[in-house]
Amino acid sequence: MSFFKKWFSKEKNEDLEKGIEKTKDSFLDKISKAVAGKSKVDIEFLDQLEDILIASDVGLETTVKIINRLETRVQKDKYLNTAELNQILKEEIIEILNLKDQSIFENFKIPQKSGPYVLLVVGVNGVGKTTTIGKLAHKFTQNGYKVVIGAGDTFRAAAVDQLKIWSERVGCYFFDKGMQADPAAVAFETTKFAIDNQLDIAIIDTAGRLHTKINLMQELSKIKRSVGKALDNAPDDVMLVLDASTGQNAIEQAKQFTTATEVSCLALTKLDGTAKGGVAIGISDQFEIPIRYIGVGEGIEHLQVFNGYQFVSTMLDNQIAE
Amino acid sequence: MFQSLSEKLDSAFKIIKGDNKLTELNIAESIKEIRRALVAADVNYKIAKEFTDKIKDKALGTENVLKAVRPGELMVKIVQDELIDLMGGQSEGINVKGNPGIVLIAGLQGSGKTTFTGKLANYLKTKKSKKPLLVACDVYRPAAIDQLSVLAEQVGVAIYKEIENKNPVQIAQNAIAYAKGHGHDVVIVDTAGRLAVDQEMMDEIARVHKAIQPTETLFVVDSMTGQDAVNTAKAFNDILNFDGVVLTKLDGDTRGGAALSIKYTVGKPIKFVSTGEKMEALDVFHPDRMAQRILGMGDVISLVEKAQEQFDEAEAKRLEAKIKKNKFDFNDFIGQIQQIKKMGDLKSLMNMIPGMSKMTKDIDIDENAFLKVEAIVQSMTPAERKNPELLNINRKKRIAKGCGRDLNEINQFIKQFDQMRQMMHRVSKMPIPTGMMPGMGGLKR
Repeated sequence: MSFFKKWFSKEKNEDLEKGIEKTKDSFLDKISKAVAGKSKVDIEFLDQLEDILIASDVGLETTVKIINRLETRVQKDKYLNTAELNQILKEEIIEILNLKDQSIFENFKIPQKSGPYVLLVVGVNGVGKTTTIGKLAHKFTQNGYKVVIGAGDTFRAAAVDQLKIWSERVGCYFFDKGMQADPAAVAFETTKFAIDNQLDIAIIDTAGRLHTKINLMQELSKIKRSVGKALDNAPDDVMLVLDASTGQNAIEQAKQFTTATEVSCLALTKLDGTAKGGVAIGISDQFEIPIRYIGVGEGIEHLQVFNGYQFVSTMLDNQIAE
Repeated sequence: MFQSLSEKLDSAFKIIKGDNKLTELNIAESIKEIRRALVAADVNYKIAKEFTDKIKDKALGTENVLKAVRPGELMVKIVQDELIDLMGGQSEGINVKGNPGIVLIAGLQGSGKTTFTGKLANYLKTKKSKKPLLVACDVYRPAAIDQLSVLAEQVGVAIYKEIENKNPVQIAQNAIAYAKGHGHDVVIVDTAGRLAVDQEMMDEIARVHKAIQPTETLFVVDSMTGQDAVNTAKAFNDILNFDGVVLTKLDGDTRGGAALSIKYTVGKPIKFVSTGEKMEALDVFHPDRMAQRILGMGDVISLVEKAQEQFDEAEAKRLEAKIKKNKFDFNDFIGQIQQIKKMGDLKSLMNMIPGMSKMTKDIDIDENAFLKVEAIVQSMTPAERKNPELLNINRKKRIAKGCGRDLNEINQFIKQFDQMRQMMHRVSKMPIPTGMMPGMGGLKR
């Protein structure tokens, strides 16, 4: 047992390193390079910084904001070295990330309450909703929670099968009404199932939908309401899953999904792939929705609770050390 | 699609619209806005820079500054030319020659490969009279093979799968042998999603590619991808030297920056754009038409093409005769609706009409809007459908009950129908193309 524990925890750290490394590599590595050999911050550097931030999908608005703040501070302080600049950037990004206290969710714990904790998972097509649910169910189950996953994606070919396979892998409960079933009914009955069987957690999958399709967004509102009918104040959280390689469109996704379902947290997936993460900064700047989980790989273990301070520190402190 | 880019470019052009001359100052200002518009649309920032530098040079060309007839229009023209150039100039088709022709599909996770595979099979089957075989080589994602099986069934094509086999190279090779023995003239190989940084998986697809020697390798990319689209495309191209790009999920309010960047970076054309969940929602990519759409000029050619696909000359003649005699009835009306529905997603059709994209920006067109009128007509007796004049108050009441609508709604619909009929009758005396139906309702805020 302890062997496995150790093995897993080791792997976890490596994943974190691996996941963030990519972001770090191109994002702040470049900043570090831009600032290297310079004794002060000048216009040329700020231009370079602008390019770097934009190339990381931070977005124009947020980039301009960061640049302006830096400019103001540069004017005041005149002189900055690399370490000081890193410190300032860190402060700015942490402030923009607008971190709320999420310590209750650390180590894949959930808030204590009577009745099941219900999590509704939403997002556009292909961001990794089903995979994230599978990983999350695994983490929760490992923590000793009794979990049911509800197959609310009754539209995409074989989506129910995909989730069912995950539930078998994880060893958790699975609830479905087959393909083409009314997703609102699946959501309602999954919640009821969790109540009746005294489970701790119900995670409800939904079909991927583009945020511009008003009909489908209305359907999502209805799914959410039907969960509320099965259990007061449910769902406890609505989680929007975002693909980390998405560009500025992610902002619009966050906006539309929030309008439809009051998104309360985000999961950022595929962070292992490419040099991203910038989109998270942009979204946090414009919405007060915390990032809760990050997907950093294909394995069942490759999901982590997002830690903003750690995220920013890991990125920037390594820079200083270089 | 491309709406936010269209709007921002529009405001960039406004800067110089009022001026009567192109000057260095107003060009610079407008250029800056164009660049911002492109970057906000996820066009790679380096490409945006080069793109706007080119525009600046062209706009500043002495000839242009001197001529300076309507600088706004000139600027739009320059941007349009450059956009077409950026996206690849000519439209390029897919190569499925060979015995069988082999198409390999590759891309990141969640980019829409499997859905595209189904759509491509449908396209080749219905428009190119091919007999495609789908091959399920995604041996990793749970239920991926099931998903492809369902799609194959939907479009009515064959699928080759080996549930127990975890070796995509073998599966693909076996599939090709199978295709030869079963008269399939094109094989479409769906593969697992993979990250460009995953060496092992990239090696795997390189092995598949080498083993089957595809006639066409397509790289599928989500059009919502950000700045990194360029790097991913480069990484896949280094390994596969793919022939073309497929842009998916273009029906969202996508910024489309990927479309503008990829061709420029890897020099490979965009061949298809995929715009919805229906299996028919696949279009051949035309750079010139796309440029027009980005600039808010609409895309009438594509609209006409779509109409032509559904156009039945004999039927049109029959209708024309009926309209002339003022005998257009409810059966004809339903027939027309069905034709329009076959053309595809209503909103994307509307956006092809010049100037429409601005109007449809904040509205959603209810795909089910036709259902209401269809229900009303279906609640009529065959005699009523043929003779709209029969409808009296009692009949209307019965119809209202039949379709579960208010009597007012029935009245309103019949009134609209009458107006439309009269108008068509009047217009039919002038020479106009038939097959168009006024009063397409269903706009919903």
